[in-house]
Amino acid sequence: MRLTCPYCGPRDSREFTYKGDATRIRPADDDKMFDYVYVRDNPKGLHQDYWLHQPCRNWLVVERNTATHEVTSVTAAAQREAKP
Amino acid sequence: MRYSLGSLLLNAFTGQRHWNPAWRSPDPKPHYDVLIVGGGGHGLATAHYLAKHHQVGRIAVLEKGYVGSGNVGRNTTLIRSNYLLPGNTAFYELSLKLWEGLEQDINFNAMVSQRGIINLCHSDGQRDAYMRRGNAMHLNGVDAEWLDAEAVRALLPQFNYDNARFPIKGGLMQRRGGTVRHDAVAWGYARAASQRGVDIIQHCEVTGLKIENGMVKGVETTRGPIEAGKVALAGAGHSSQLAAMAELRLPIESHVLQAFVSEAIKPVIDHVVTFGAGHFYVSQSDKGGLVFGGDIDGYNSYAQRGNLPVVEDVMESAMALWPALGRLRVLRSWGGVMDMSMDGSPIIDHTPIENLYLNAGWCYGGFKATPGSGYCFAHLIAKDEAHPTAQQLRLDRFQTGALIDEKGVGAQPNLH
Amino acid sequence: MTGFRIGTPPTLDQSKVLRFRFDNKIYHGFAGDSLASALIAHGVRLVGRSFKYHRPRGFLSAGIEEPNGLLSVGEGARLTPNIKATMQPLYDGLVAQSQNRWPSLQFDMMGVNDWFANLLAAGFYYKTFMWPASFWEKVYEPLIRRAAGLGQAANLPDPDHYAQGNLFCDCLIIGSGPAGLIAALAAGRAGLRVILCEQDFVLGGRLLHEGDSFLSLSTQDWLTETLQELESLPTVRIMKQTMVFGHYDGGTYGAIEHNAAYSMATSAQEPRQIFWRIVAKQSILAAGAIERPHLFPNNDRPGIMLGSAVRSYLHRYGTACGHSTLVYTSQDDGWQTAFDLKKAGLAVIAIADTRSMIPQHLEAQAWQYDLPILKNACVTETTGRLSLNSVTITHEGGRETFQCDTLAVSNGWTPTLHLTSHQGSKPIWDASRHMFLPSKMQQGLLCAGAANGAMGLGECLASGLTAANRMLEQLDKQPQKIILPETPAPVLQTASFFHPTQTGKAFVDFQHDVTTNDIHLAYQEGYRSIEHLKRYTTLGMGTDQGKTSNMAGLAIMAELCGQTPDAVGTTVFRPPFEPIAIGALAGHHEGKHFRTTRLSAAHSVWEKEGAVFVEAGQWLRPQYFPKKGETHWRETVDREVVTTRQSVGLCDVSTLGKIEITGKDALAFLDFVYCNPLKSLAVGKTRYGLMLREDGFVYDDGTIARLEDNRFVITTTTAQAVGVMNHLDFCHQVHKPHWDVRMVSVTEQYSQFAVAGPQSRALLERVIGQQIDLSDEAFPYLACKEFSLAPHIKARLFRLSFSGERAYELAIPAPYGEVLAQTLITAGQDFGLTLYGTEALGVMRIEKGHSAGNELNGMTTAGDLGLARMVSKSKDFIGRVMAQRPALTDPDRPQLAGFRPVQPQDQFAAGAHVFSKNVPHSIEYDEGYLTSVAFSPICGSLIGLGLIRNGPQRHGEVIIAYDSMRGRKTELEIVSPCFYDPEGVRLNG
Repeated sequence: MRLTCPYCGPRDSREFTYKGDATRIRPADDDKMFDYVYVRDNPKGLHQDYWLHQPCRNWLVVERNTATHEVTSVTAAAQREAKP
Repeated sequence: MRYSLGSLLLNAFTGQRHWNPAWRSPDPKPHYDVLIVGGGGHGLATAHYLAKHHQVGRIAVLEKGYVGSGNVGRNTTLIRSNYLLPGNTAFYELSLKLWEGLEQDINFNAMVSQRGIINLCHSDGQRDAYMRRGNAMHLNGVDAEWLDAEAVRALLPQFNYDNARFPIKGGLMQRRGGTVRHDAVAWGYARAASQRGVDIIQHCEVTGLKIENGMVKGVETTRGPIEAGKVALAGAGHSSQLAAMAELRLPIESHVLQAFVSEAIKPVIDHVVTFGAGHFYVSQSDKGGLVFGGDIDGYNSYAQRGNLPVVEDVMESAMALWPALGRLRVLRSWGGVMDMSMDGSPIIDHTPIENLYLNAGWCYGGFKATPGSGYCFAHLIAKDEAHPTAQQLRLDRFQTGALIDEKGVGAQPNLH
Repeated sequence: MTGFRIGTPPTLDQSKVLRFRFDNKIYHGFAGDSLASALIAHGVRLVGRSFKYHRPRGFLSAGIEEPNGLLSVGEGARLTPNIKATMQPLYDGLVAQSQNRWPSLQFDMMGVNDWFANLLAAGFYYKTFMWPASFWEKVYEPLIRRAAGLGQAANLPDPDHYAQGNLFCDCLIIGSGPAGLIAALAAGRAGLRVILCEQDFVLGGRLLHEGDSFLSLSTQDWLTETLQELESLPTVRIMKQTMVFGHYDGGTYGAIEHNAAYSMATSAQEPRQIFWRIVAKQSILAAGAIERPHLFPNNDRPGIMLGSAVRSYLHRYGTACGHSTLVYTSQDDGWQTAFDLKKAGLAVIAIADTRSMIPQHLEAQAWQYDLPILKNACVTETTGRLSLNSVTITHEGGRETFQCDTLAVSNGWTPTLHLTSHQGSKPIWDASRHMFLPSKMQQGLLCAGAANGAMGLGECLASGLTAANRMLEQLDKQPQKIILPETPAPVLQTASFFHPTQTGKAFVDFQHDVTTNDIHLAYQEGYRSIEHLKRYTTLGMGTDQGKTSNMAGLAIMAELCGQTPDAVGTTVFRPPFEPIAIGALAGHHEGKHFRTTRLSAAHSVWEKEGAVFVEAGQWLRPQYFPKKGETHWRETVDREVVTTRQSVGLCDVSTLGKIEITGKDALAFLDFVYCNPLKSLAVGKTRYGLMLREDGFVYDDGTIARLEDNRFVITTTTAQAVGVMNHLDFCHQVHKPHWDVRMVSVTEQYSQFAVAGPQSRALLERVIGQQIDLSDEAFPYLACKEFSLAPHIKARLFRLSFSGERAYELAIPAPYGEVLAQTLITAGQDFGLTLYGTEALGVMRIEKGHSAGNELNGMTTAGDLGLARMVSKSKDFIGRVMAQRPALTDPDRPQLAGFRPVQPQDQFAAGAHVFSKNVPHSIEYDEGYLTSVAFSPICGSLIGLGLIRNGPQRHGEVIIAYDSMRGRKTELEIVSPCFYDPEGVRLNG
């Protein structure tokens, strides 16, 4: 699999470290923490993943199809608009 | 026809005319008392034990592809009960005991081969962890023994002892561990369940769950709606999709695990061995192919295929452990979809929907659990209470924190 | 020249004679021969025995699809089993052996299996061997295992080495047949970076295996001209003997190159094979097609070969496969075989065609050659045990038996489209042409030539050009115009597949001995999906991966089910396309090079000082430093501990993770990632910190040093250094992206040494006393400071103690680590300095009751480790919420305690479980376990740390350490985890 780091260009997936569902945002509300830590939509299809590009140390949000592994977009997590 | 030497001879002399289909393939009926969704190992085993031990009326297994097309048809065939934590050890031991009597129970030779499994150890810390685990196994009545470096070398002289990056310092051995011919498990359970009246319906995909007032009433399928008293989900890698039909979200991610088979050669290894300094385990099938694998690819996937980094990682570990493998060739590889739970252990429980039951989260260890899983799931479905051995495999353990995290890596499925 | 060698094709260099051995007999061949062609040239027909029935077998094919001609090649540690002789280039001195036979190939005892074939039908083993249960492992399985398998592996360390590399290109072309060559030419002329991979050792693909195929020029001339141009194009790279085995995500392909420069003589320098990862923007699969055999009783006798193979041996290797050939075909293609043989002056007994209507032009040509034609033909029997003798055919004219030694069978072609389904697309059934064709839905992969169903040469060339131009379009390049050489008309039709429903027992999968009867049985027993069929009968599971059998199996099952083949299911092909060496995929990552070995900057100093090293993850760390006269490691470790506690010890702690953190929000950030309060940490101070995971369990511990207002350096454990760095970056970029924080790992940039013991201050004063005031007033316990050790060398000093003694940690840029270590050792001589390693480090931390890796095992909470009071109740931090779950705060959880033996000499070890006295030793009474145990020279006995229910409340109680793995039960007293200096006075000692 190849991912296009917005800073470094297309790279082999072996340069990256994975951390799962990137639609999860750490909640301010304690009651939502359990869902954040443990529960996943786990969709078959479009999925947003966190990947760390090790060489440049940027955590990225990769939009990828879990059924085909097709990558449709990559953005830096820190550049993402904060969701309410 | 019952399988026996007699029936084999009879057929040999009569052009194999007398064999029947291994299982019936009826059309779905409009109503069942219990519907099992998923015709893999766990679903079929559940059907078998339900039909054998419990009076629950009419049972059907719905399979979207062919019987055994899921992970029971693509795995590295290991069985063992060398677990550390309460909740796991006794459960996997129940499973192993059921393996030991399986063939006579279902009259199908699944080639349960208790050739022994050895987990190699490469550091003092690892040794201490194995000792803790081995002691836990003993306390659960499970066999375990420690092999020191010389004992490992005597059993497995083909490994790298003299030029190893991570020298072998010993190993934890469970002699009762071993391998099983995986497809035969699916077929054997299907045949046995079918003989006890279970309808096994292939090519019937569940597309929706009918839920009224918090109670499940039946399923929608590609072959029409089917009503049911109870619905039991055993969808392995696709558990999240099934649960979503009931608007449930699970503590599960689906990941891809690759495995490999080499060309067939005359016997070169008699045990199952796991490498402790990398992700690699190996055994040799009765047909002669080495069956081996390593870590999951590590990203969410339903694609049933993996990528080169893990392929290379597995081969590197293979070579590091067993340098003679260099000239041997990989014949086939495949990828399976694993329902990786958040603590690396499975779930056999009710769901919040009445009469809807869940069997999921087997990670990459579902095969060895097949009989135990079916046995305990059948008990749960029939009696509406957890089998004593599977009591800790609860869905709410994530809320309470009563986790069963053998690796101690936390809520990060790709690390389990 | 032998009787079978009849020509001198340009692909053979008859000036180079190569000697080789097969089953202990010496033969010779020529440069350019394959092992198979050289054997055939000697009239060798019997080359192997089949898997199950041990039936005598000869070569079926001339290529990658070979199911029968598997030989063991090489000797000693280089013995390689299951080599397809049809793919093995002949070399001088090659040694080959036949397989799966005993005592000899001609007379194989296991051949009796064939007599019991009725008993050994598909799946027979699922129905028996069940009684008694214990007999499986003891009796049945060993017998089956010995009988199964093909070749014998050397099972000795592979003496050769393998290389790996990465390649990037615009266009990868797989296959150098006519379609591949044209595509490469077009892409190359357009200036694309092209890689052309050919698995064979000669370029040309099918062109090499046919007679002259163009109208106005010879095949050889066209090939030479085309290859010359390709080689002249600067952006085209041609890779021979390179098998593209897998298509992975993102346009990544795996390929194995058999290194042409490798030989026994060069093996020290040259890798045997090279594994290439090829990343291509676009690719074209032009891998050709594979001919299908016919199904009829005893269709597996040596001498029954694919028509295309007979032509291959004739044209490429100048070799006749036999003296008298009968051609059996279901389509035009077989006629070509007959004509070619005739043209070469070889005897063709007849041409038997399953069809009743034969194209006129073929019949006319056959008459010219005086070839008997049998229409509506069906082979019903063959004879000849070790070599074909006769073939019986029913045809329009009746039933006849023909004496012949070769039967060339042609039954249509199967496109080699395997790579197209590696990414999940399923081939599509083309009912009119009786073949599966590649799905059109390929990501970045186009198909051309026979692989795409273009069977005629003209069609094949055109398809190569079309694919190339489509690809050029996708890459925004000008399409190319190439004038294709003319090919003869009319085109031979190759599109049918003959498989009578009632064939009698015919072999479908030659290697695994799967017969038509087996497929009928699978149908009868309900194993009807293609996957069930494969798994139940083992069809297509051999080393040839069903290249000649899958299609037939599918077709028969489809007919039995009354469905089309695609309804029964298409086999999903997965990598590798062809078996590939494990060694090649591992590359140089074997032996000591399996994983990186990380050495601290002062490693050579420790080596010189006689350290025994131990693996700590990827690091090598000194474990202990034996002195002359010490006979046991324990003796050494005891000395290191006692000396450190009495005077001074030096330990390399460079492997700890070190992270520098700066920025306005750095303190707030640290306060967020550690569970204990840090807001009050003053500049010039360090503090112990505990990190939780978000699930509330302990992740890691270390120290936080505040060097300046907004500048910190933290340490992590050696094991979690990488993980913590990733975690902190995540916490920053994902949770707190707007905070002003910057972080960098400096683990490898700094050497760090612990100097511990009552003399540590004196020693350091001697070494760095000029640069930094070490008085307890200026530099008290937990102080930290950055200072200039020398011009341009900034060092850092921390007053931290893991040993419990007065101690310092001195960090210095790694390039100076070696010098500093040596300086400390030299200066330390006056103070009785000892070096100590991980063992003494461990003993001293256990004596002090500090948790380390064995306690921080990912399953413990802060409370379990006795650190509950550290956890802040007044701030948000990672893990705060989940740590409050009931099971994590349960007072019954095992908690940290110390353990010492009631009898000081008693032995016990980590991993033992602990029980109250007088309870049964079963899991219900299990109260915890010992995490760390060491011999304490201070206590004069083994001491331990462990987790036990209510540990802190049970000091003084005697419990049992139950260690059945080591066969021990030991009485231990529960004590405080701190065995040494509980008041902490030694910190200033």
